[in-house]
Amino acid sequence: MNAPKPFPLNAWYATAWSHEIARELSARTICGKNVVLYRRLDGAVAALEDACWHRLLPLSLGHLKGDDVRCGYHGLVFNSAGRCSYMPAQKTINPSACVRAYPVAERHRLVWLWPGDPALADPAKIPDFHWNDGKQWVGEGGTFYQLKCDYRLVIDNLMDLTHETYVHAGSIGDEAITAAPFEVTHTGNTATMTRWMIDIEPPPFWGRQLARPGRVDRWQIVTFQAPSVVVGDVGVALTHTGAPQGDRSQGVSGAFLAAISPETETTCHYFWNFVRNYRKDDAQLTSELQRAHVYGGAGVYDQDHRVLEAQQAAIANNPRSPFYDLNIDAGALWARRLIDRMLADEQAPVSANVAAE
Amino acid sequence: MAKPMERISARLRATRDLTPDVRLFEIEPDRPLVNVTPGSHIDVLVPTDGRPQLRSYSLLGPYTDGLYRIAVKRLASSRGGSAGMWRLKVGERLTIFEPRNSFELSYGRPDYLLLAGGIGITPIYAMALALNQANANFRLLYAAHSRRDLALADELTTYVGERLQLFVGEEGQRIDIGSEIAQLDTRGELYVCGPFGMLETAKQLWSQAGRPTAHLRYETFGNTGGFADAPFKIRIPRLSLEIDVPAHRSMLEALEDAGVDMIFGCRRGECGLCVLPILEASAEVDHRDVFFSGEERAMNSKVCTCVSRAASGCVTIDTPDRTPDQRHSSKVS
Ligand code: FES
Ligand code: FES
Ligand SMILES: [Fe+2]
Repeated sequence: MNAPKPFPLNAWYATAWSHEIARELSARTICGKNVVLYRRLDGAVAALEDACWHRLLPLSLGHLKGDDVRCGYHGLVFNSAGRCSYMPAQKTINPSACVRAYPVAERHRLVWLWPGDPALADPAKIPDFHWNDGKQWVGEGGTFYQLKCDYRLVIDNLMDLTHETYVHAGSIGDEAITAAPFEVTHTGNTATMTRWMIDIEPPPFWGRQLARPGRVDRWQIVTFQAPSVVVGDVGVALTHTGAPQGDRSQGVSGAFLAAISPETETTCHYFWNFVRNYRKDDAQLTSELQRAHVYGGAGVYDQDHRVLEAQQAAIANNPRSPFYDLNIDAGALWARRLIDRMLADEQAPVSANVAAE
Repeated sequence: MAKPMERISARLRATRDLTPDVRLFEIEPDRPLVNVTPGSHIDVLVPTDGRPQLRSYSLLGPYTDGLYRIAVKRLASSRGGSAGMWRLKVGERLTIFEPRNSFELSYGRPDYLLLAGGIGITPIYAMALALNQANANFRLLYAAHSRRDLALADELTTYVGERLQLFVGEEGQRIDIGSEIAQLDTRGELYVCGPFGMLETAKQLWSQAGRPTAHLRYETFGNTGGFADAPFKIRIPRLSLEIDVPAHRSMLEALEDAGVDMIFGCRRGECGLCVLPILEASAEVDHRDVFFSGEERAMNSKVCTCVSRAASGCVTIDTPDRTPDQRHSSKVS
């Protein structure tokens, strides 16, 4: 058997923004599976294996024909369940002819795909990403498609925000981050890193958001949902107004959202957003925040992008077992532990249904 | 064009007789293999009196404990495969090939009808369990000649309960396929595995009901037909050849044995690549393919050599060989 892949297949992965899937064929690779996506006439999204049954031509090079896809080579037609419904030059259809249809579901403005055993694809298991719905929280968001790093490096990055001090100096970085203690907790499928910085000078970015003079309490409560979603509850409030006790009325709250889908073992698609629940109708603020994160290489996430790709390249060049760990990696290590557990469960034998003895 | 298949050595770990003539085999591959989806089959190199023969068997349920389970019916006329399987002793080694699935189950349909006849229960069994686990809306109708021929019926009753309905032919019970189709949700799928006649009836009623062709799923390993397997002769005037087809060999195998150049794809009556024109037939040709339409079959002008055969007598056929020297050079056994 091939070496096990670093990503569980029995999971929902963000595959596209809902607005990206229309009445045309879009190709993606998720967990090493080539997929073609399109919207059916009834509005539902369909996802098929992107390789024709006949001669493997990617179906994404073909044409959408009603709810079906016509291969662009010899014209075989597949319906949205992957069944062949037309074969040229014969009266019948070979019953074996089909391509795999992947379970897909739309939720929280994203299309989620289940690359593993379709029998286990329960939409109730789609990660909680409701901050992205565009209702209580607003933000534009985007995707780094084909980011050249193992998806777990992005999770490491988000589960330890001490890097902000060094990677994002001048915006959200602050020496206070490295000085403040943090706590890591976990459940069966989540890991949470909590850090409170009490009575500090607001870092430049947050000072502008709050737009009120005075020192602040700053929080970062970052939750990982196995195997690949991270939501960071972040913000500041005027100090001594009760934010650590739950009263955030004298502050501003935001959330960074990350759904990171493995493309291959060393590349991933990083669906991100930064949302807020204040000045929700301020379109100019929305686009400012968007630009603060990704803006032709100058945004905060652009800085992470550079670090992550350089790190992956270095891993390839340095054969030593990749990392040494620090105290600050506790959140990332719990996240990886939960991923490893999913991987082990996927490979574990379960009892069969009929036995000879 | 299939990828070349990799041989896997394996061991027969255990057997159990499910009925007087259906035996369950537990096969343990030497190295762990991938999990399989419902409807998958493995090919087994079955030791027979002559040379080993390749046979396809559906896998019963998921491969999750390192064992492949298949059920094989002992048939007088199954081209020698089943008898070879039945002679295997526990502990014996055998060669298998990686599982494939050409009878894939779709998930997320509002309704399913599963139809099994006799040993055709094997892929349907795995599907019923999977659908049950997925909490899908489905019914399984399972027919056999006698009560004791209903292999796996007890297991099915345990797992799927009320969704299963059994039909015993000798007690006069028959599946009313037409009215079952009428009851199925219009977006539902029908899966059939059983004797050729059952499949033909289901296909006919399905299209009469105006249901989409792609929603009728079936698999046939081409080993049953209207007549029992019997020896017959092939004549090929173009090559001045006369070939005997024994009861346990297919026409295609006999042609290959005789050195006739043949192309083929599926070897189970689906793709039409092994088709040759019939020039004359002294007895009825038992068409067992699913490649030809009903009208094409009725014209009886071509034959799928991998699965179809003559009931007896002699069929005269042609080949596409236009080599200038029409005399066949390979040795004729
Ligand atoms: S490759 Fe798609 S029809 Fe031939
Ligand atoms: S080889 Fe495919 S029909 Fe005979
Ligand atoms: Fe960062």
